[in-house]
Amino acid sequence: MSVVHAADHAAEHHPGARDYVIIAAILTAITAVEVAVYYILQGPTRALLSPVLIVLSTLKFTLVVMYYMHLKFDSRLFTTIFVFGLCVAIFMILAFVAIFHGFLVIPGGA
Amino acid sequence: MRSVAAAPPITPAAPPAHTEEHRTSTGLNNRKVLMWTFLGSDCMFFGALIASYIVYRGKWQQTPTPNELFDIPYTSVSAFALLMSSLAMVLALAAIQRGDLKRLKIWLLTTAGLGLIFIGGQIYEFTGFGAEGMNLSTGTGGTTFFVLTGFHGTHVSLGIIWLLSLYTLARRGALHQGRSLDVEIAGLYWHFVDIVWIIIFTVVYLLPV
Repeated sequence: MSVVHAADHAAEHHPGARDYVIIAAILTAITAVEVAVYYILQGPTRALLSPVLIVLSTLKFTLVVMYYMHLKFDSRLFTTIFVFGLCVAIFMILAFVAIFHGFLVIPGGA
Repeated sequence: MRSVAAAPPITPAAPPAHTEEHRTSTGLNNRKVLMWTFLGSDCMFFGALIASYIVYRGKWQQTPTPNELFDIPYTSVSAFALLMSSLAMVLALAAIQRGDLKRLKIWLLTTAGLGLIFIGGQIYEFTGFGAEGMNLSTGTGGTTFFVLTGFHGTHVSLGIIWLLSLYTLARRGALHQGRSLDVEIAGLYWHFVDIVWIIIFTVVYLLPV
């Protein structure tokens, strides 16, 4: 099977309107949970806020990319191209945080 | 001698079924590859802006600080509008793929309308911050916040122009089932704008300093 035909075959299995609405409902629910935990997690439980929010936003991000942007059903090449850029971005953020927040000491640096 | 009468009737009004089909070395449409490459590079662009915001986060030497001014319920409504615009966008794509041009126009307008609500909300929010004394030049807090959210707002604004252009084409009958890739590529851009806001909403507004 050629790649074009494989892509066409994959396109036939895209979610329908009902699936899109269900995903939108899940995204809305996750957003509501995010805002709720922002207010609920106070005092000693505040330390849990960052990991909970990061997990929830990663879940939302993944749902949109996989289903609305059809990466789950499309060519692997698109996933590779996008994930490469995403990994560079994440690495850059982590590197900046490590350097400027003192987790990483550069030898000979000021 | 060839018979002219036997020739099939020409129907210029009927759009070609697959105007986007081209044989490429990857077997994939070049425009779609280009859009995904752009989105990958835009990840790095926003990654740099988010990194700048995080680096200076909590080291603000200004009052009020961004966190003192944020109105979380208000921004949550904006985030909800942008999420729902992604739903409208994907429904527009589903409509053109099945040849339903009436619903395509409705969903394109809905997407652009929800994008306008988001931008209107952002302008209102920025105006409020300015009145409270935080703007682009008031320290690292203002600079990193406005550059990050401002560039995102610019992306949304360009997306709205793109969507309205597609709507105009659809109204003129120039957008049909055979050109569904035009809507799909615009959709990829729009969903990307949505996922960037998912990150900004969490990192900038919700994460504790």
